[in-house]
Amino acid sequence: MTKLLASGSEFVAPGVKDFFLPPIFGSVTKPMVLLVLSILIIGAFFIAATRNLKVVPGKFQFAAESLYDFGRNNIAREQIGAKDFKPFIPLILTIFTFILVNNLFGLIPIIQFPTMSHIGFPLAVSLLVVYPVYHFVGFKRHGFVGYLKHQTVPPGAPWFVLPLLIPIEFFQKFILNPLTLAIRVFAAMFAGHLLLLVFTLAGEFLLLNGGLTVIVAPVSFAFAIALTFLEALIMCLQAYIFALLSASYIGMALAEEH
Amino acid sequence: MYDTLILAAGDEVNPVIPHTSEIILGLVAFLLLFFVIKKFVSPRFEALYAERTAKIEGGIEKAEQAQADAQRTLEQYKEQLAEARAEAARIRDDARAEGLQIVEEMREQAQAESARIIAQGQHQLDAQRAQIVAELRADLGRTAVELASKVVGESLEDESRRRGTVDRFLNELDAVAAPAGK
Repeated sequence: MTKLLASGSEFVAPGVKDFFLPPIFGSVTKPMVLLVLSILIIGAFFIAATRNLKVVPGKFQFAAESLYDFGRNNIAREQIGAKDFKPFIPLILTIFTFILVNNLFGLIPIIQFPTMSHIGFPLAVSLLVVYPVYHFVGFKRHGFVGYLKHQTVPPGAPWFVLPLLIPIEFFQKFILNPLTLAIRVFAAMFAGHLLLLVFTLAGEFLLLNGGLTVIVAPVSFAFAIALTFLEALIMCLQAYIFALLSASYIGMALAEEH
Repeated sequence: MYDTLILAAGDEVNPVIPHTSEIILGLVAFLLLFFVIKKFVSPRFEALYAERTAKIEGGIEKAEQAQADAQRTLEQYKEQLAEARAEAARIRDDARAEGLQIVEEMREQAQAESARIIAQGQHQLDAQRAQIVAELRADLGRTAVELASKVVGESLEDESRRRGTVDRFLNELDAVAAPAGK
């Protein structure tokens, strides 16, 4: 790419191709390495933080506790309810930290790639973990027919809309939910990374292409920096939303009423 | 050459189509992390929270216990104080009663003593009077006889006749004086 710019030819906007760089070795790609790195970071962080827990926490323990409490109280307990949330704390915490760290990789220098912009990773979590879990606990709690009725027939709906409502609810609960869950974070990360690429590469192009365009280059870089802050917010937000919705699906599946 | 390679690759890749290898890796990595968190992280935190809750509740319980103890001790002291007061009052009453009794006894004793002293004095007085009367009687008899013998000129030497005369005279005197003395 640099070669291309230096040669003074036309600016080529970044696109899908920038998300699929050639493998580092064999068939191992950068996002795969990052994914493994993320679980090592999270695992090491929590293991180190919980090695010697004290009733009166130190700074490090307090940080880990805040993170754990956020997943435990703000997401799991709020969405699933104080009665049932305990067994789901590890799942919700794992989802939140897993998505969060992989998103934040998009901002860390050198790494600079949000793993979740490859749809395979969020899809694995939503379709193969969250989806089976919430339907499983739902079937277990309400029985097969009971759960189907519980999920597809909203209480208080007049009978004549049911023929319309039941297929819609079924489609949403059993097909759409896991897909939208994955696509939401994937699209946000993909678009965000693309935006950063556009402004950064455009700035670089303007700077190196010579002529008067050099004056405009700082504007482009300024936008890239501003967008970086926005991205940081979005990355945290998306991780929160993913965990929140997962907990919400579980909570709805377990709820006595809607 | 390099760019065209990437471009060519980019044309083929559709970012919405997931790669099977990534799904598998994503799942495995997620499950590994989940295992670590479920096995090591969550139980430790939950144990810590349970311990913290227990400590706080224990502290509150201890404080309540101490308060109850203090309250009980206070009650005890109050009770003891009331008891002591009652006892003091009772002792005071007893002492007063006893004092009254003692005064009464003393008075009785004194009265008895004074009665006794008076009786004794009376007795002594009676004895002295009897003695004096006897002495006077003897003296008076002799003087009267002497006087009479001088007047009459006749000596009444005969003891028995003289005594009989004097006694008779004195008895007459007594008979006259006794009703008047009484």
